[in-house]
Amino acid sequence: MRYRAGFALLIALAPACSGVALAFLPKSFLVLAPAVAYAACAIFLLGLLARLWRWTSSPVPFRIPTTCGQQRSLAWIPPARLDNPSTGLTAGARMLLEVLTFRSLLRNSRSRAGSDAVTSHDSLGLWLGAIVFHWSLLIILLRHLRLFVQPVPAFVLTLQKLDAPFHTGAHPLYLSDVALLLALAYLLLRRLANPLVRYVSLLTDYLALWLLLEVALTGVLMRYLIGVDVTSIKQFAVSLAAFSPVLPRNCGPWFFAHLFLACSLAAYIPFSKIAHMAGVWLSPTRNLANNNRAVRHINPWNAPVKTHTYAEWLEENKDKLKSAGIPE
Amino acid sequence: MRERWLITLGYGVFVVFFTFPLWRAAAARSSGSMPRLQSSPAGQCVAPVEQMRVAHMNMLFQWREDAVRHNNLTFVAYNGKVYRKSLDGTCLSCHDKQQFCDRCHAYSGVSGPDCWNCHNDPRAFAPRVMP
Ligand code: HEC
Ligand code: HEC
Ligand code: HEC
Repeated sequence: MRYRAGFALLIALAPACSGVALAFLPKSFLVLAPAVAYAACAIFLLGLLARLWRWTSSPVPFRIPTTCGQQRSLAWIPPARLDNPSTGLTAGARMLLEVLTFRSLLRNSRSRAGSDAVTSHDSLGLWLGAIVFHWSLLIILLRHLRLFVQPVPAFVLTLQKLDAPFHTGAHPLYLSDVALLLALAYLLLRRLANPLVRYVSLLTDYLALWLLLEVALTGVLMRYLIGVDVTSIKQFAVSLAAFSPVLPRNCGPWFFAHLFLACSLAAYIPFSKIAHMAGVWLSPTRNLANNNRAVRHINPWNAPVKTHTYAEWLEENKDKLKSAGIPE
Repeated sequence: MRERWLITLGYGVFVVFFTFPLWRAAAARSSGSMPRLQSSPAGQCVAPVEQMRVAHMNMLFQWREDAVRHNNLTFVAYNGKVYRKSLDGTCLSCHDKQQFCDRCHAYSGVSGPDCWNCHNDPRAFAPRVMP
């Protein structure tokens, strides 16, 4: 209980603190904004590539896919092609479905100890929270392209229109913003409210959620309540992409809070569990076909072992066996 | 490793996607800059320019509310000038829709306010000489 209150307080205060802190920073400090943005992008890109490189170069000597269904065997036993893929193609299909729909989270279940038995039932809240969060985050990131790319790609404008179907005033309400905040709030409350999940949660689990929440909250505040000069921000973003940064005029502390928080998030990703966005592709429990029994996999760096087979022994001792009258 | 080409392809796709704005910026070096908005004849806007850039949409929605629902049509600007709360009558008497509003909206990636479904751009209708 004590921890829960503490965390809740931190969550409530952190965005406010960073915003206020930035508001009181001297204006000259903001000259650093482009440098911070470039550094964050470089750390994100190079850090993630380095991490990928480490995963790529670590050996996977045998196949260890997690399987959740009947493997392919005799012709009359129907195999579970997706859940126990036996070819590269089906393994790829399973991977794609995992990345796009998080099928493995659908298996989440919760056990309850009753008076006479332990019962287990499906628990789809995590799947729902995760899928809503990830897809709305993707939509929001794609929508941000309108600021970085000039001329604005047509699909971004279409996405924007589809995302804001209601005429809700001077700043059309993007449904993905609502969905993202609800999903993040759920994922955070789930960690805090469920004692079992709280027990296995580390500081880093909260840190990722806090950062995401703070970025989202500053963005939403800025767009719907405080108001920003979108055109100046676009000039800034386009100038960043063209490597000739021009500082944004006419932008308040909330924009810089949003920017710096987003930069911290980007720079933190390669060192955090959020690197799963790259790691999932290289995880050997998912990207390998389960053909262990159909194909012989030989560890490429097995030490050569000197063997002496029975056939060889027979051949060597043929004469002796014959003369002793022992049948082969 | 047999899959190395596949993994390298993955790296490539990731890097290209992430740096997409840089490619586009390099490709569109000339058209990437902010378009010149047509400068307006009279000296001052209905509010300080900084404020207009941030909040002209809020102002327009407020004007509409006042005009249509409360029949309150007079707006006293920060510099004491009095304006009629009207989109096509006031804003577009100083600003050109296409050279000003539309240009900036296209640049800023605003999906296009739907005001022009009903409101007219007065300059699109040149005064006709009656025979
Ligand atoms: C009396 C003439 C006049 C009227 C009426 C007027 N404006 Fe302006 N507006 C100006 C001037 C002058 C500027 C400053 C332009 C400049 O500095 O180049 C300006 C600037 C702006 C800007 C900022 C443009 C920029 O380059 O940053 C916006 C947005 C704007 N006006 C919107 C509106 C809207 C919306 C209305 C109607 C509510 C309106 N204006 C009514 C004269 C007017
Ligand atoms: C300096 C650039 C600029 C100029 C000039 C400008 N706008 Fe905008 N306008 C914007 C931006 C940016 C937004 C979107 C803000 C957002 O996304 O929250 C916007 C949004 C709007 C909206 C609300 C959009 C919606 O989807 O409902 C209206 C209405 C609007 N502008 C009207 C006008 C009119 C009328 C003029 C010309 C008199 C004008 N604007 C000139 C930048 C500009
Ligand atoms: C469905 C059609 C329609 C749309 C769309 C529409 N309006 Fe209007 N608007 C009207 C009508 C009708 C009036 C009343 C005109 C009158 O009383 O002379 C009006 C009046 C107004 C007025 C006050 C009077 C005047 O002459 O301008 C404002 C300001 C206004 N609208 C702004 C907007 C803005 C900003 C948008 C876009 C976000 C918009 N309207 C979209 C139909 C529309």
